[in-house]
Amino acid sequence: MRNGNQQKGRHGPFGQRGKMMEQQSCKTGSVLQEEMLWEKGRKGKTGFSLPQRDVKSYPLDDSHTRAELDFPDLSEVEVVRHYTRLSQWNFGLDTGMYPLGSCTMKYNPKINEKLAALSGFTEAHPLLPVDHCQGALKLMYDLERYLAEITGMDAVSLQPAAGAHGELTGMLMFHAYHQKKGRRKKIIIPDTAHGTNPASASFCGYTSVSVKSGKKGILLPEAVAEIMDEDTAGIMVTNPNTLGFFEEHIREISDIVHSKGGLVYGDGANMNAIMGIADMAGSGIDILHLNLHKTFSTPHGGGGPGAGPVCVSKELAPFLPVPRVRKDGDGYVLDHDNPDSVGKVHSFFGNFGVLVKAYCYILSMGRELKKVSRISVLNANYIRTKLKDVLHIPYDRPCMHECIFTDKKQKAQKVTTLDIAKRLIDYGFHPPTVYFPLVVSGAIMIEPTETESKAEIDRFIDAVKAIAKEAEEDPSLLTGSPMSTRIGRLDEVTAARKPCLTG
Amino acid sequence: MRYIPHTEEEITSMMEAVGVDSLDELFSDIPESCHRKNELALPEALTEWELDDHIRQLAGSMPASSEYKSFIGAGSYSHFIPAVIPYLLGRSEFSTAYTPYQPEISQGTLHAIYEYQTLVSRLLGMEIANASMYDGATALAEALLMAIRITKKDDVAISMAVHPDYRRVIEAYFRPTGYTIHYLPYGKDGRTMYDTIPEKTEPACVAVQSPNFFGCMEEVAGIAGILNEQKTLLIVSFTEPLAYGLYKTPGELGADIACGEGQSLGIPRSYGGPGLGLFSSKEKYMRYMPGRIVGQTTDRRSNRGFVLTLSTREQHIRREKATSNICSNQSLCALTACMYMATAGQTGMRELARLNYDKSEYLKEELGNAGFRIPFSSPSFNEFVVEFPEGFEDLHRHLLKKKIFAGLPLEPYYPELKNHYLMCATETNKKEDMDRLVREVK
Amino acid sequence: MKEINELILEDGFLYSTQHEWVNSEAESVRIGITDYAQDQLGEIVFVELPEVGATFAKEDEFGTVESVKAVSELYMPIDGEVTAVNTALEDAPELVNQQPYKDGWIIDVRPSDPSQLKTLLSKDAYLDLLKGTEK
Repeated sequence: MRNGNQQKGRHGPFGQRGKMMEQQSCKTGSVLQEEMLWEKGRKGKTGFSLPQRDVKSYPLDDSHTRAELDFPDLSEVEVVRHYTRLSQWNFGLDTGMYPLGSCTMKYNPKINEKLAALSGFTEAHPLLPVDHCQGALKLMYDLERYLAEITGMDAVSLQPAAGAHGELTGMLMFHAYHQKKGRRKKIIIPDTAHGTNPASASFCGYTSVSVKSGKKGILLPEAVAEIMDEDTAGIMVTNPNTLGFFEEHIREISDIVHSKGGLVYGDGANMNAIMGIADMAGSGIDILHLNLHKTFSTPHGGGGPGAGPVCVSKELAPFLPVPRVRKDGDGYVLDHDNPDSVGKVHSFFGNFGVLVKAYCYILSMGRELKKVSRISVLNANYIRTKLKDVLHIPYDRPCMHECIFTDKKQKAQKVTTLDIAKRLIDYGFHPPTVYFPLVVSGAIMIEPTETESKAEIDRFIDAVKAIAKEAEEDPSLLTGSPMSTRIGRLDEVTAARKPCLTG
Repeated sequence: MRYIPHTEEEITSMMEAVGVDSLDELFSDIPESCHRKNELALPEALTEWELDDHIRQLAGSMPASSEYKSFIGAGSYSHFIPAVIPYLLGRSEFSTAYTPYQPEISQGTLHAIYEYQTLVSRLLGMEIANASMYDGATALAEALLMAIRITKKDDVAISMAVHPDYRRVIEAYFRPTGYTIHYLPYGKDGRTMYDTIPEKTEPACVAVQSPNFFGCMEEVAGIAGILNEQKTLLIVSFTEPLAYGLYKTPGELGADIACGEGQSLGIPRSYGGPGLGLFSSKEKYMRYMPGRIVGQTTDRRSNRGFVLTLSTREQHIRREKATSNICSNQSLCALTACMYMATAGQTGMRELARLNYDKSEYLKEELGNAGFRIPFSSPSFNEFVVEFPEGFEDLHRHLLKKKIFAGLPLEPYYPELKNHYLMCATETNKKEDMDRLVREVK
Repeated sequence: MKEINELILEDGFLYSTQHEWVNSEAESVRIGITDYAQDQLGEIVFVELPEVGATFAKEDEFGTVESVKAVSELYMPIDGEVTAVNTALEDAPELVNQQPYKDGWIIDVRPSDPSQLKTLLSKDAYLDLLKGTEK
């Protein structure tokens, strides 16, 4: 594509660089600097409306009391300004697209926020007698049933507070199951697995045995058969996997593992691709966790809270954490009496406030959840089709809800995946997942989700194309990016060499 | 459906671009054995208005506080939450943001979590804190595992006065490990007795909770020194961090790790979750710490900025050798806690702590004067144990019907404490309600 | 990252398949990581050193080297007892990047079986190994 303005020079507003700058959409409005709380505080201010004192002061020996608490004192106004300004430094899902592979950054419905904040839920003490908590218990019971229906599994626990916590619970259940039959020491984990998989397995004392994926980017039954033995507790599989493909041989692999007395754990992080389409139980999965903050639209909160319920087969239901929510006539009870249970993994029942939002989402979508998956897969394939000639594509075949590229084509310009990612920020996008999975060097993993419109996806595709062009014509635009943000690339080396963790 | 922005025309045009005639074709790689046989059997999708009705009905059946008078704590506390906090948390740049792996566009979260780490360290008197764990129970479980990593020993000692549900979580976490848990009993004063650790056992750590499950402040000063000599770490946990607005901190008492539940810091009870696992330690244990940590640094233009750091401890890099498997934590809850601490400030935290102490001392005194036995004489914060006469459970049930939650019965957790109830009074309990409670139970 | 022909290899040193060098010329056998290893890791932020006096067998893990985004375990090329560790690395881990064969040394070892040194690679053999890795 020829640019008629090339002769006019690179730096003026009408020059080539100027034209590229115009395409960028990361601008700064009225975004202010802001200090640390303790740099703003002045003794004697207050932001809290202290309650009336209607009792006298009781003595307490000085030997028990603490040294002065070194907290800043701030007025309410200053607290509000502080956090408002800080929020403006963040890119959020309501700001723009997050094409993060395996994160399913879909729109967070606002009605769910409103309903989770109802005082009947927020004020509820978890240890109240069950006959006073029927609303909450019904919600949990119904949510369990809906998740069982969606996954095809038989029983659910909502207790784990995050996906990794669900994985840990699954591993505890593996251990409890095998403890009855004879301890096993190993777990098979694909080379494409998320880091939480081997970490969770290791938590329970298992040694991870890696299995390589085949040329098509999926597991091969022969590879699993080769290493599956009676000292292996089972396998942890992500399906669809982190390369964006459905593990086509999952049924055969499950049969191989089961034939040697092992169990199959499913990491359901990528459930968004297959709701209403795939049957996880039919694939041979024994325990599956879901990420409510991914597939089920609950907000990420800058890193949590999420929720990672586990869905299991009938055979494994006795091992689920307690208490279980059970129906008792017309009402609901909490059943603590499960002798085979792995016990408790959370102080109470899990992240109830998050569960409410997922429940609302499922009730709002109903059978449309199938359309959610169909559109998420369409969106990803559309991006794949449009970008496969722009970025190197390691697996040139149809994908599920995410597609994977690398920086191989840009290597000649000494431009890396990281540079491409950072330059996308200048174009108004959060970068995709980068350098994961580890089996693909320089991986760029893109998952648009179904809540991104065609227009937004087209804008994303155009941005990537523009960046690829910049990589050829002026790589410094990439290596110097992001250029339009308040803060540029940060020195992570010094942060790790000389950690400064508190002010 | 308003969350799926595609028109039918757009879907058709995208299918053309991809080269498929139907959306079904996109799933042709899924073998028959893995296909669902039936459509999703879920209720008909609700409109926003129907959903609102339905959820309000569920929430409406729960006891909301203005009518109900609650005198229970036990790990979940009633505290005033200033209106600024839910207001500021409603800023979607905080709530809808992803984990701050791209620091240039996440400085809001990172700056705020650095402030959180700082204030948590100062509240607990410790040197460093992480960006949060799931809750107080899992924080304690991880603290024990951290002590085992540091000391390379296989035993831990935990007080029986630690919250019973926390101990159950620890037991669940420890079951596959082969590590041994020794339980330390509590004495007549409601505090832990340390001299019962089996001879020749020098555990990786001794873990107490202070204020403990009975509300008593543990006697910790002095044991840190002894434990140090045998290379045993001291872990002080808690379910009520507000106590440290008043009482000597774990840091001042020599704790190596201080961890616990942060729900009291501006987070609603919400039927038990989401909570907040506060986690702090001495600086020398930095690299053994689980969870995410935010550190200060500069950018290329020498501006101050913050990043997630020391990531090589974590699962996404260290994988099976990680300090923990934790990925998502409780970031928004940590932000909530920091906003609460910023709003309260030095003055507010001290006053609120004092008020909690005084309210519960008042209730304790009134119940004592009404003839009920207060078995544990140790200093307490906002919870204490009272012994009611035989048959009190009928009155307890009757009071529930009158919308008064008169404490938590301890017998299910401690069979030796029949007729003992755990009472809680915070700044939210009015004198007139406490007076009414005392009248009702007399 | 460097090309093979840009990598530095010291004469007179022996090499292991785990990209460590061994200098047996000195009284104590000195061990560090090669230029290839430090280049692959990127800027090093932390080195986990063993205790002086600790004994390890060949192929035991004796420490780690960390960059911001990666960790590399260090494996003993021979059996031996650690007689010294490079404490300068505590404050300046970047020495491993800057001078991998000199000031960036990691441990000194008293070998329990000096004949094991014969199992290590010569400079040329190590270079061949690197060329094989490239492919």
